[in-house]
Amino acid sequence: MQDELRQKAQKALDKSASFGEEIDFNSFNAKEKVHLYLDNLVDLPDEEKKDMLIAGVDVSEKERTGTFIQEDNSVIHASALQDGLEVLNIGEALEKYDWLHDYYWNAVQIDADKYTAKVGLEGESGYFVRALPGVKAVYPVQACMFIGQEGLLQSVHNIIIAEEGSELHLITGCTTGRHVESGMHIGVSEIYVKKNAKLSFTMVHSWAEEVAVRPRTVTVVDDGGVFLSNYVCMRPARTVQMYPTTYLKGQGSVARYHSVLVGHPNTDLDVGSRVVLQGEGSRAEIIARSLTRGGRIVNRGHLVGEQEGVKGHLECRGLMLSPEGVIYAVPELEARVDGVELSHEAAVGKIDQEEIEYLMARGLSEDEATAMIVRGFLNVKVMGLPEELEAEVQKAIALSDESTL
Amino acid sequence: MLRVEDLHVAVGGKPILQGVNLHIKPGETHVLFGPNGSGKSTLLGAIIGFERYHITNGKIYFKGEDITSLSVHERAKLGIGIGFQRPPVLRGVSLGDLLKVTGSEENKVDELAESLHLQSFLERDVNDGFSGGEVKRSEMLQLLVQNPDFVLLDEPESGVDLENIALIGQSINQLLEKDGYCGDERCRRKLKEGRNKAGLIITHTGYILDYVPADLGHVLFDGKLSCTGLNPREMLGCIQKYGYADCTHCLA
Repeated sequence: MQDELRQKAQKALDKSASFGEEIDFNSFNAKEKVHLYLDNLVDLPDEEKKDMLIAGVDVSEKERTGTFIQEDNSVIHASALQDGLEVLNIGEALEKYDWLHDYYWNAVQIDADKYTAKVGLEGESGYFVRALPGVKAVYPVQACMFIGQEGLLQSVHNIIIAEEGSELHLITGCTTGRHVESGMHIGVSEIYVKKNAKLSFTMVHSWAEEVAVRPRTVTVVDDGGVFLSNYVCMRPARTVQMYPTTYLKGQGSVARYHSVLVGHPNTDLDVGSRVVLQGEGSRAEIIARSLTRGGRIVNRGHLVGEQEGVKGHLECRGLMLSPEGVIYAVPELEARVDGVELSHEAAVGKIDQEEIEYLMARGLSEDEATAMIVRGFLNVKVMGLPEELEAEVQKAIALSDESTL
Repeated sequence: MLRVEDLHVAVGGKPILQGVNLHIKPGETHVLFGPNGSGKSTLLGAIIGFERYHITNGKIYFKGEDITSLSVHERAKLGIGIGFQRPPVLRGVSLGDLLKVTGSEENKVDELAESLHLQSFLERDVNDGFSGGEVKRSEMLQLLVQNPDFVLLDEPESGVDLENIALIGQSINQLLEKDGYCGDERCRRKLKEGRNKAGLIITHTGYILDYVPADLGHVLFDGKLSCTGLNPREMLGCIQKYGYADCTHCLA
């Protein structure tokens, strides 16, 4: 089995991805240091604690039900704080549970492209997070993917399982140490939402200017399951390309993707969300907000209806805050049977002068008015993020908000 | 309060106003009539300073200060407010959040919202999916919170049903300090003398005049204020009789 996977991966090592700039793995060949496991998160250097907080990971673990931290390619912490939740290193979990091999390289194909293949061939680390049947997590589990070493390739393989009737929230913050400029992150995530379970998965990317990022995520949702995915990318990164996909296999299953992208000069974001509606009465919504201050953003969306009576809507809005930069919206609807209801709306433009003057007439300065409209446009409130994370996201918006009109 | 001198305004290169003169004293409410497309909204837009209304000649003074080249925001800060006829939708900005930023006495927001039956709207995005009447009530709420000294109202009653016109009228009176009750003439005079707030209201139908007492009417025609001086209600009757072009008959 393992050999078979390795062979497939080996063959796919040169297989280009469908989208995004081709990354040469050889540019990220820093020899990695091994980081020691920390029982107590307080022992983390203060600087790293602060860096992680920017990506929504709070080592005080206040209002968290578990924590996983991977620094470079070492898992330095994994613990669950609520009964019925499991947070383990993926390697450890595979040893512990034989059945986990059925989930491993199941949703994501190991030979999908050179990036999945690379993860398959590297010694893997990453998290295994699971909520046992019926267990409802009050607060989110937090996971941090941290690149602390210049020029390193970080390879991650995650599996999340929300068992029948459970409720699980996960925040994954991906970030680099403050001295790191260049690096690569490949993250494979396989997500399983079982019968009547609910999973919210929030990913915050806070990379550095020369980081290449290739997440590969596939989710499978059973009967009555709900999958909510939030993605926030506010800080510069040289290139991010991802197209997470959800298969709504179950009857009455639901998926909602919400992404907020800010493009900075020299940043290239190619981000999409795809939902394949297969289950009877399944529903999907994709909402994307892109804003550029000079970077290039390709925003893709794809709804595929494979069952009569399914419904899906895709909404994609882009705001140009700079004469430089590109926003390229690519919404796609694909009906494979009749009787599906798929729709999309897409709009790209600059801030309406009328809206700014409306607020100025109420006494706001032009900058205040612009900031208010941009905040409203990105509207992270509707994501239902935990309060302090929302505050972090708001702060990130404010920081990147020196009006460039 | 407001003095407009020989104001010429062009929109998209096309001259609209061609020498408007207007003087509104503290405590006065003036009403602006005129046919569609005569430039009534242009005059209001030029007074508040919207970019698309390009002032080619003339001056606007507010509280004695030349505001002709000030930004919208600076004029608002000096005490000018405007109620929009068709305001834009602000996605992701809730009415409540907006009022928090624009009002000085935050605690009054709930009370004011209640008086305009808009409590449940505070959570909603500004103007998003509001009906015609709701838009107008929301404009009034925003103005009451902002509390300007001089208010410009562009057709405050259009799209509003009969019951809600009274409500709009009431809030205009509140805005213009006309909501005090007086039994006798002496009290009324005293109230009037103490009043400082002033306003300029555009109305087509004049329905709002059933609720809001106004001092002077003007007709904007051919880019100028052609008839000025009568009580607005009399002027409305006269316009109905003679039409906008011949409103000068009324002044004789």
